[in-house]
Amino acid sequence: MDKLLKILSENAPIDLEKVAKATKSTVKEVTKKLKDFEKSGLYHGCTAILDDSAYDKEQVRALIEVRITPRREGGFDQVARRIAKFPEVSDLALVSGSYDLLLTVRGSSLREVANFVAAKLATIDGVLSTSTSFQLKKYKESGHMMEDDEEYERLKVCP
Amino acid sequence: MSGSKSVRKARVARHISALPPSGIRKFFDLVSTMDEVISLGIGEPDFTTPWTIRESGIYSIERGHTSYTSNLGMLPLRREICRYLARDYHLDYHPENECIVTVGVSEALDIAIRAITEPGDEIIYTSPSFVSYPAEITMAHGVPVPVATNCKNGFAPDAAAIEKAITPKTKAVLVNFPSNPTGATLSGKALKELADVVIRHDLLLISDEIYSELTYDETHVSIATLPGMRERTIFLHGFSKAFAMTGWRIGYACAPSDLVDAMKKIHQYAIMSAPTVAQEAALEALRHGDEARETMRASYQERRDIFVGGLNQIGLDCVMPHGAFYAFPSIKRSGLSSEKFAEKLLEKEHVAVIPGSAFGPGGEGFVRCSYATGLDELEEALRRIGRFVGSLARK
Repeated sequence: MDKLLKILSENAPIDLEKVAKATKSTVKEVTKKLKDFEKSGLYHGCTAILDDSAYDKEQVRALIEVRITPRREGGFDQVARRIAKFPEVSDLALVSGSYDLLLTVRGSSLREVANFVAAKLATIDGVLSTSTSFQLKKYKESGHMMEDDEEYERLKVCP
Repeated sequence: MSGSKSVRKARVARHISALPPSGIRKFFDLVSTMDEVISLGIGEPDFTTPWTIRESGIYSIERGHTSYTSNLGMLPLRREICRYLARDYHLDYHPENECIVTVGVSEALDIAIRAITEPGDEIIYTSPSFVSYPAEITMAHGVPVPVATNCKNGFAPDAAAIEKAITPKTKAVLVNFPSNPTGATLSGKALKELADVVIRHDLLLISDEIYSELTYDETHVSIATLPGMRERTIFLHGFSKAFAMTGWRIGYACAPSDLVDAMKKIHQYAIMSAPTVAQEAALEALRHGDEARETMRASYQERRDIFVGGLNQIGLDCVMPHGAFYAFPSIKRSGLSSEKFAEKLLEKEHVAVIPGSAFGPGGEGFVRCSYATGLDELEEALRRIGRFVGSLARK
């Protein structure tokens, strides 16, 4: 993976000066506020929105629905936390409905993701079943459209 | 063009051929031939109409709503307009007979002026102003009477100067606050004094409040809410600026029913009804557009603060505009006319601004910069303007 993209995908830097200007404060104040947000559990870092398929056609993402048995002591948390530890899992949430956990898994090939599901995920104690959907195309992420509309030019000068 | 030799009579009406070409047109032509221009000459929002509004337009077409509406506009839209004005402006108009939906606020302005103007009637307007005002008055066979505003009092109207310009032929006063091109707003003492003059001389007031949602430091107060003003005010508004709907061409006028009736006559003969698809989209804007409108307003405010701060740092004195999305800095220190300044800035640094002189008396010595453009572009424009002003100072 390109080094810059790697940095961006893990923890993208924030332009503190720009943020300070926009919030009419100083870089110092912004840094302190970020630290406070972090401490309170509101802020967990900043990652870039990347379309991985644009630089590696083989990259795959899969959405996996998982049914699990809650544990006597830890409920769903114990199993969910265990699954979340795998670096292949980029997102994980407990959801209502016909399954319990919804995972996003990333891999460099279809086979890699399939292996992860079969060898790691499905064998975890408490996992009852999995259903894997491979992502074919991404249209929108975190509020950003992955493809911009065709550019529409405004008049350069108007009253 | 003189036309065919066999036609000897003047082909174009004299009052039309006498209209001066818009000072903006020249810059449009110049800019069109250049590359890499950062244009601060655009008098419209840089946002696309919010999706929920666009989607309503699409749905309107899908359902086959392709016929005329009533002359005044769809009643549900007029009801929603009056509800919106009651909620946000404390204005009380009846949707049945005191509100008319028009093709942009431009048409509302046109029919308001035509409805009240007899040949030779004078209409006073504050200047620098939107370029259409004197032309619209002239086309209605009225006489435009500009009264210049001054940067020393933030381009607010000077009631005493307006009173001085009043003659027995004066029919109305036309104002536009927040203002294009100055960004000035009208409130407090200046607002009250203007109302007093209008009432004292029994005049009508046309108030073009198209930028009224875009105010940044104070809440907009419509002059029609002042005691004794509702009965003599034609309130003009629309969707172009607050909801980024310029291309939909949808606006409206509210006034006492005798005035709306007169405007309706012109509208029904000349236009019939405003586009149905735009009316349905406008209805959605009023029902569900508050959040998008506020997001856009906040974004203009952020850009205003950065841009106006930057202009003053460069040494172009600029009073803080409290509304619209224009900054109107003074370029007097450069020693150039506003037209020369704009021309040279475009030629040397490829930044387009509009010379203040294009907006009539009181505009000379200033340029209009629209900050309805990307923040990065604004910052680059500031660098280029700074370099340009610096090069003038060295000469």
